[in-house]
Amino acid sequence: MSLDRKKMLDMYYHLRLTRALEDRVRILYRQGKIPGGVYLSTGQEAISVGLTHALEPEDVIAISYRDLGALLTRGMAPASVFAQYLGKITSPTRGKDGSLHIGDLKLGIICPVSILADNIPVAAGIALAMKLMGKKNISVALFGEGASNRGDFHEGLNLASVKKLPVLYVCINNQFAYSTPLSTTMAIKDVATRAAGYNIPGQVLDGNDIFAVHSAVAEAAKRARQGEGPTLLECKTMRMTGHSEHDNANYIPKNLLEQWKKKDPILIMEKHLTEAKVLTKRLKEEITSRIAKGIEEGIKAAEEAPLPKGEEAEKDVYAPSS
Amino acid sequence: MAVLTYIEAIRQAMWEEMKRDEHVFILGEDVGRYGGAFKATQSLYQEFGPDRVIDTPISESAIVGAAIGAALMGMRPVAEMQFADFISCAFDQIVNFAAKSYYRWGAKVPLVIRAPSGGGVHGGPFHSQNPEGWFFHVPGLKVVAPSTPRDAKGLLKAAIRDDNPVIYFEHKLLYRRIKEEVDEGDYIVPLGRADIKREGKDLTVLTYGAMLHASIEAAQKVADEGIDAQVVDLRTLLPLDWEIIQECVKKTNRVLIVHEDTKTGGIGAELAATIADQTFEFLDAPIRRVASLDTPVPYSPPLEEYFLPNPKKIAAAMRDLARY
Repeated sequence: MSLDRKKMLDMYYHLRLTRALEDRVRILYRQGKIPGGVYLSTGQEAISVGLTHALEPEDVIAISYRDLGALLTRGMAPASVFAQYLGKITSPTRGKDGSLHIGDLKLGIICPVSILADNIPVAAGIALAMKLMGKKNISVALFGEGASNRGDFHEGLNLASVKKLPVLYVCINNQFAYSTPLSTTMAIKDVATRAAGYNIPGQVLDGNDIFAVHSAVAEAAKRARQGEGPTLLECKTMRMTGHSEHDNANYIPKNLLEQWKKKDPILIMEKHLTEAKVLTKRLKEEITSRIAKGIEEGIKAAEEAPLPKGEEAEKDVYAPSS
Repeated sequence: MAVLTYIEAIRQAMWEEMKRDEHVFILGEDVGRYGGAFKATQSLYQEFGPDRVIDTPISESAIVGAAIGAALMGMRPVAEMQFADFISCAFDQIVNFAAKSYYRWGAKVPLVIRAPSGGGVHGGPFHSQNPEGWFFHVPGLKVVAPSTPRDAKGLLKAAIRDDNPVIYFEHKLLYRRIKEEVDEGDYIVPLGRADIKREGKDLTVLTYGAMLHASIEAAQKVADEGIDAQVVDLRTLLPLDWEIIQECVKKTNRVLIVHEDTKTGGIGAELAATIADQTFEFLDAPIRRVASLDTPVPYSPPLEEYFLPNPKKIAAAMRDLARY
């Protein structure tokens, strides 16, 4: 493991922060405080956190709707995320959008849309711009296995491959597209095998092992930066919640969830860090209380912030032209 | 000043903008070495190279999606749909990603989509459509449809410099049939401004694209009969220039809307509704519409001729309206 102690602890902090923030969002939802939908990443947080830590700060990530870990790793404040769920004027979309539809060009995060796989050609275009502007940076698109059934997956990967664009395609295979298991929507076991159709490397990895994600992304990013084109990484994981919080997910076999619970990404990381003597009991307590404090401050700020006035709806349909 | 055809004016606009701003680039099917299905991008590849005039696979959604991604990074892509009909494949990227981006998260998408549209060329149901109505209904987009070479150049330059996604409908019938003197060098025609192409006092025709020419011809026909029609070229369809439209209604008190898109739910419907709503007291007659039939665009010449508006049909509507 080439990661230094500080980096590993940073990754651990963002992993725990992501879980803790979403646990708090779930409570807000159950309290009836969130006017819209809540789609959480419980159980699959290691992917967006590990991935973001493996990139350069100027690399751009086109997230999907469960990739809070990428946002938090890039420095999005918990208060902003809570404000988004609560529809407050202080939210990154000023109340114009909800759930995890958060983006910030300064943080290098592209705001997702609900139409899955749209970000796949968009990431190709970001990579194209990097190339045209002579930058050494890359782009990444995150998407689920379900999204890989849409035409934009094919169009985007094909374009990126034939133009040898510096982009990573990271599939988060969490087994279920809403209620539909993968086995009933594709005739292959691994989404990664689709890479063959584009003549690019396709790799399956354990999405619950943050270090496996980090090293695979770092390797693929290096290839992309060297002009060797895109890679399709398939991170196997499990969606440990419903599609959204209103969905009790009774279609997922209990024993499957039990199996995956043992492979929780936080447990795996803690075991590794403890064995490596990076994480002590005291340090873990410190991190836990730092996270709890940040979350409570964030939620306080978001709850105290005002809702937008109705007439805000009319603003910013067009960008003012320079 | 040089005499340019409509398509030469479009090409000159791209050429000049690519010279002026290195962020401007072109992508689409066959736009590179081949110069485009209609030769709109001819010689641009040779001048600017394969990095700035990019041939893509037949992937309209990826063409627009990639253009959006590049635009988010500060580039100014000009994406070509080979035929406007094929834009349906990119519909989602346009209406869901590009159009909503600034509203949702303040990220500008300075993107131009050029879409060769229109009938009268015996292209049949998939090479003749006027899909502007689909996009007219989408907040966050701008929609442009020039009718003359001078406007074609100035509007395309304005569209490229605009910080919003702009769909630029260029009418195929006009490509080589319409020519006029065009300023060499830099000028823009601002988006959102209509233009009175023929002054008249008895009625106002609101139109755009190829129908501007059909309407002018019709106006000349009825002029001999003592009907003096004013013809307004809307030029930008979204957002519409309500100021000029209202002035014209107040001046002539009679309104005829002419568009080549099919009638039901077309831009004419919105024009008629808003004019009736805001300037009802100034109207001396019902607002009339001449548009294509509510059918797919048929192929065989007599069918297509029956389907499309033409100067004869427009002149008949003008007479009817003037007599009312």
